Amino acid sequence: MSKWHFITDGFVKNNPTFVLVLGMCPTLATTTSAINGLEMGLATMFVLILSNIVISLIAPKVPDKVRIPVYITVIATFVTVLQLLMQAYTPAAYETLGLFIPLIVVNCIVLGRAEGFANKHGVGESALDGIGVGLGFTASLTVIGLVREILGSGSAFGWKFIPGDGILAFVMAPGAFLVLGFLMVLFNKYLAKK
Amino acid sequence: MAAASTLKNMTLCLTLVCLICAAVVGVAYAVTKEPIDAAAQAKTTASIARVLPEFTSTPQEGSIRVGQADYKYYKVDGAGYAIISSTSGFGGLLTLMVGVTGDGKVCNTTVLSHSETPGLGAKCATDERFLSQFRGFDPAAKTLAVRKDGGDLDAITASTITSRAYALAVANAVEVFNQLNKGGQGDE
Repeated sequence: MSKWHFITDGFVKNNPTFVLVLGMCPTLATTTSAINGLEMGLATMFVLILSNIVISLIAPKVPDKVRIPVYITVIATFVTVLQLLMQAYTPAAYETLGLFIPLIVVNCIVLGRAEGFANKHGVGESALDGIGVGLGFTASLTVIGLVREILGSGSAFGWKFIPGDGILAFVMAPGAFLVLGFLMVLFNKYLAKK
Repeated sequence: MAAASTLKNMTLCLTLVCLICAAVVGVAYAVTKEPIDAAAQAKTTASIARVLPEFTSTPQEGSIRVGQADYKYYKVDGAGYAIISSTSGFGGLLTLMVGVTGDGKVCNTTVLSHSETPGLGAKCATDERFLSQFRGFDPAAKTLAVRKDGGDLDAITASTITSRAYALAVANAVEVFNQLNKGGQGDE
């Protein structure tokens, strides 16, 4: 069996946002524009891939009862490293995402993949799963951000094509729920057809 | 399969994992410390360059207490002062850097951080019509407040509270400048 399905699964069947409905806090809060969504997705993917790899390596050695503390420590380490790297090399992105970077530690997607996949599979498969789910999350966040940005600010990826203000509600919290809800319906309708 | 969950195993495993993780974070910190400082420094320098006329000297950091609050400022010889001033906006702290030239006029202002509503108050960082009012503002001739409060500034549409906070932050900075100027003549 080809290993590619580990990547496509994360995108479609196990799409963290529209199917598993995990990690809603950063999804709703950081998708005010397509760029913000993309950056948040990539940041999460970084942590997801590395923590999946490390956890799949150490899982066989870790006693069952301290499993979760060990995973959280590993994840928190990568998040801290990411935070430092972003502060150093992409300070602008770090500023917009702010609090939501440290919050990746408690993102259910990361712990969910560690507990539900990485500790039962090999390194290669876990890395692919990390890439797949990470890409799925990134794509979902970018799409939500793009829709909110088009409706809310009349621009796409920062390129303004409608002068003036958009529908402000879409930049704020209500728009996040609306866009997420409608996209979830569309996504699942498409999946049900297949 | 997984090692047995005996006390010895668990303690050993957690200790080991924590030690390794601490080492990784330590290395990352050491590697990124310099770029982080450089990035922060670059941001401050860029902000100072935006709010003050062109200068060649190195800005000198200082702080002063005016009224109830402490203000951080950068003194730039030949250009003036860049003063960091915070007030409460609509959604939280609104922090500005205000450049005041030697003659007491506001040279320019820039937003360092804010948590105003996107699309409304957040425009205080980008709205050219609002921001241009502060450029070359002479506090001796005009009043630093929005028109609703009897001042000479046009507020951002539907964001009077943010505009008020912005005007207050600039007014506070001017006050700090006056204190600095007074002190400067006395001590130096």
